[in-house]
This record gives sequence, C-alpha cells and structure tokens, in this order.
Amino acid sequence: MSVQTDFSSPAMSDLTELGGIVPSVSPQSESWSASVVAEPVEVLTNDEVNKEYRHLVVRCGEVSASAAPGQFFQLLCPQTGGEQPFLRRPMSLYGADPERRQVEFLYKIAGAGTRGLAVLRAGDQLDIMGPLGVGFKLDPALRHIVAVGRGAGLATLAPLAKAAKANGTSVTAIFSARRPELLVSVDLFQRQGADVIAVTDSESTSGPANIERILRGLIADGRCEAFFTCGSSRLLRVQQRLAREFDISGQVAMEQQMACGLGLCFCCVRDFNVGGEIVHRRVCWDGPVFDMMEALP
Amino acid sequence: MIDLSVRVGGLTLANPVMPASGTFAEGLDKAIDFNRLGAFVTKTITRELRAGNPLPRVVERPGGLINSIGIPSKGVPYFLEHTLPYYASYQPPLVVSISAPTAEDFAHLAAELTRPEISAIEANISCPNIEEDGKAFAMRAASTEAVVRQLRAATPLPLWVKLTPNTGDLPEVANAAEAAGADALVVANTILAMAIDLQTFKPCLGNVMGGLSGPAVKPIVLRQVYQCARTVGIPVIGCGGISTTEDAVEYLLAGATAVQVGTATFVQPAAMTTIIDGLAKFCERRELDRISDLIGAVINEEADEPELAWVAPRS
Repeated sequence: MSVQTDFSSPAMSDLTELGGIVPSVSPQSESWSASVVAEPVEVLTNDEVNKEYRHLVVRCGEVSASAAPGQFFQLLCPQTGGEQPFLRRPMSLYGADPERRQVEFLYKIAGAGTRGLAVLRAGDQLDIMGPLGVGFKLDPALRHIVAVGRGAGLATLAPLAKAAKANGTSVTAIFSARRPELLVSVDLFQRQGADVIAVTDSESTSGPANIERILRGLIADGRCEAFFTCGSSRLLRVQQRLAREFDISGQVAMEQQMACGLGLCFCCVRDFNVGGEIVHRRVCWDGPVFDMMEALP
Repeated sequence: MIDLSVRVGGLTLANPVMPASGTFAEGLDKAIDFNRLGAFVTKTITRELRAGNPLPRVVERPGGLINSIGIPSKGVPYFLEHTLPYYASYQPPLVVSISAPTAEDFAHLAAELTRPEISAIEANISCPNIEEDGKAFAMRAASTEAVVRQLRAATPLPLWVKLTPNTGDLPEVANAAEAAGADALVVANTILAMAIDLQTFKPCLGNVMGGLSGPAVKPIVLRQVYQCARTVGIPVIGCGGISTTEDAVEYLLAGATAVQVGTATFVQPAAMTTIIDGLAKFCERRELDRISDLIGAVINEEADEPELAWVAPRS
C-alpha cells in the first residue's frame, strides 16, 4: 500500500534563513552513561540442578556483569505454549563475573515466566535488564557472619560467599529446604570456604526452634557478628529476636511482585517499621536488601 | 537535521515524546538520558498524604497490564523540597500532574504549584469527584467544565487536562475542557478493567478493579485521540499503549501533537529514547523536514457522511 501525501514544507535552507529556528534533534548530556541496561544476551548454559531448580548462565555486557550481591535483574521471559508473560520477571543475581562478562541465575519453574526461561538453550538470546536495586552491604571489618536461607532465598544469598571471602570474612551458612536433594548453593558456599549447616523438613531439622538453637551456639562462639537472610518469614523472626537480644545487625533480601523494577510504578511496596512508624518502601528501588530490624515478616 | 520540535499548549518541546504520569520517576535516569526527553511528567501529586491501594496492585494480561496503584502521594511540601530541585538540573520542561477530590481543591493545588520551576500543570481529572458520588470529573462535560474553569482561574501556567477513556461522551467532555480554558488535552488514561484468579476465585487486584494499559488499549485510545483532535482546536497529547516508533507515528497521524509513553517503559526502560530516535529516522525515510507535518495527516478523503453514519448511528 502506498499513501501519497503532500507535505509541502520549505526546504531546510529556507528555515535557516528565517533565523535558524531549527532546534537540535535532541540534546544529549555529556557526562551521562547508563548504569542499568536492557540488553539481549547470549545463553551459555541453562541446566537442571535438581528436580526443582535450573541454573542459567549468560554472556552479557560490562554494566550487567558489574552486578553486586543482593542485586537483581528483570528478565524478559520467552513466550511458550500460548502463555504471554507481558512484564519482565525479577530474578536474584546468583553470580557475576566482570572479567568473563557473565551473570548467573538460579530459578525454580513456578509460572509462565520461568516456564519460558526453561526452554532456553545454549546460543539462544535472552533480554535481561539490570543490575537493579540495592544489594547487601558487606562491612570488611566483619570477621564472622551467618547466612540463613530457605528455598529460592539460597540463590539470593549465594554471591555473598565469594564477596565475604574476598573481604577475609568467614561465613556460616544455615540452609533450609524441604528435602536434602532440593538444597542449592551448598557446594558453592563450601568452595568459598564457608561452613554449611543443612536443615530439612524431611529430617525434621528445619523448625525455628532448632535454627534458634544453632544460632545461639554460633553467637556464643563469637561466629555471628551479622545476619544475612532471605526466603523465610519464620526464620527472619527468629533472627530479629536474637539480633535484638544480642545487639547484632542484619540484612534481609525481600521479595514482592514487581512491574517496572526501577521504582517507577509503586507496585512492589511493603510495610517497614522505621523507628516505630510504619512506612511503605519499594522493594525494587529501596531494596531488595533492607535492614533486617525494619522488615515486617 | 530533522526538526522534531512541537508546540503543545503554550510550550515548545524539543521532541514530542514524554512519559505518562505514574510511570516515571527519578530512577529511570539510570537507564536513559533524561535530557533527551520532550518533557517530564511527574507522578500525580495530591495535597493529602495517600498510602495507595491494597496489594496486589498490578496484574498482567495479554498485551498489557491492569493496575490499581491508588496514587500514593507524599504531599506538596515533600514535592517542593525533594522532587522539584531534582528536576531543576535538567533541560526538559517539568509538567506536574495533580489530582484532588473537589474542583476547589484542584484549584488550590494548582495555585500552590504555580512556580517558575514548573512549566505546565497536567490535571488528572480521571480521579473520583467526591462531590459527585465518586464519579470521575472527566466522565461528564458539566463536571469537566466546572473543574477546568476553577483550575484556569487559579493558575496562569499552561493547563493540560487529562481525560478518561471510560466516558461515552468523550468529544463533549473534550469540548467542555477547551471551553473552560484548557491549553491542551491528554487523551487518555487507563481503561477500567478487571481480572479474576482461577485458583482462588478472587479478583487479581486488591482493589478489585483497575486500569488497563499497554498495547492492548492502543486501537481504542487512538480512535479517541482522533475524535478529540477533530473536535477541539487545542493540541491533543496521545497516551495509550504506545511502545514503538510506529505507534507514536500512528498517534501523530490521528491528530496528536505529542505522545506520552507509559507501560512500555516497564518492559523496555529505554522505550522513550528509542522512539525519539525512531521518529527522526521515520521523517528522514519519508523525506519530512519536520515531525509536525505528521500531526493530523491521516487521509480519509473518501469517507463522507453516509459512510461514517454507522460509527455513530442516529437514534
């Protein structure tokens, strides 16, 4: 189809004679550069880790590969089987390698988005956006920290192992899952020199009372100067209680349904207790990592 | 070089692309160079402090999403102290979106925001009017005229009026806004919608109903922009499902002088700057010196009254 339109406009030279009223197409800032990018990346591997989790590794650009522990990406998941995920899906960073320009994710197939991710093969393209949010703050002065995670929270805590080792901070990880074969990140933490204590529902070791007993032991041994946690409200409450009792600091990575990932839409707000006042914070922008004592499980 | 500038309701914009209110905040500057935008449009602010609606606030559906955020607002003092200074360092003009429960409150807020740092007011009159049983101002011509008249008297700033797509009287509402002194119309807001969870049998949104946006609404709002643009003499800013350069061009052809991009930014944060680049390329390809030549350039010379009669059947 061809549409002919008479756009009888004066030529550029005529306009210039009228006093140079042609503005620049679009001014650009000289010093600005993107610290969040949405980019197509190449899938390197996308393998099954166990019955529930898959491990995705992609080759990305410099900005994405600079992601820090606790930050996340928004993935534009492929459409499969007639499902049409419209929004991106937030995904915790599992690992980042600035030299090799890689980022890694660990995910559980749970809905339309992750079902789409599962079909990706090496060589496929995926649109990722990040790095997003405020990650963990690791004080290099800390000598011993404790990481407490359950379920997908283990993936979020994973980058801490490497970062803590680089700081010379020793890590004790208490990892909880329904069954032993569903535990993830154990090898990763052990490779970085961490002590891993695995607790599971099937062995009846994952209850809050047992976790509290383990944590009290670590505190008594001087091996718990800070808590880092993700993935369980019950375990968060235990740590908050102990943190108050022993005056220990803590950080928690929170989850919430998200849309934009950049603090624009206010879809992912949660309540936080800040000095006795309940305030709304955006998980994607103010977090996802928050002061553990302000979080409301 | 292509001239991308447009004149919208008392302002000259470097290009016709700006964010839709509620989909834009400071955080987006991590992903795009703010100085490239035609204008800034803030999230709607209110005088009262508002926490927003219960969660979940967003649900996706094919080709779009339904939101019921509920206009969380930290009030005017916070806006003046934090938000205004932030935008002062950028070149694009700042358009401040406002909302209020009564016409009088709308006027007070507009007067309070009549300041040199603000280039225009966008009155979001798609919100409930508590004096009319919660029915949005922009649902009817009379309530639109009343609120716009009070706004007009309250501020000399360019006044943009954002209409709702949920009225059956859109051209009448558009006329009423113009007659009462609006400098431009923003057409439109989200379309009232709903979704139900088949696991729980509960509505997907905490607020039960919400507003649909995204590519799914584009053909509807495009039609509304077309209807408004040929009804009023003031500029119309198109807002509804624009995610690509082609979408933006379609809106310009339908009569929009500028466009607002919203939901697309949630999926591709650089959607606006990508569209700006695309518009320049489109003009180049079509050998147009000026983007403004596209405004209202839709050709329907063959259509005459009898053929159009079915669109609005006589009762």
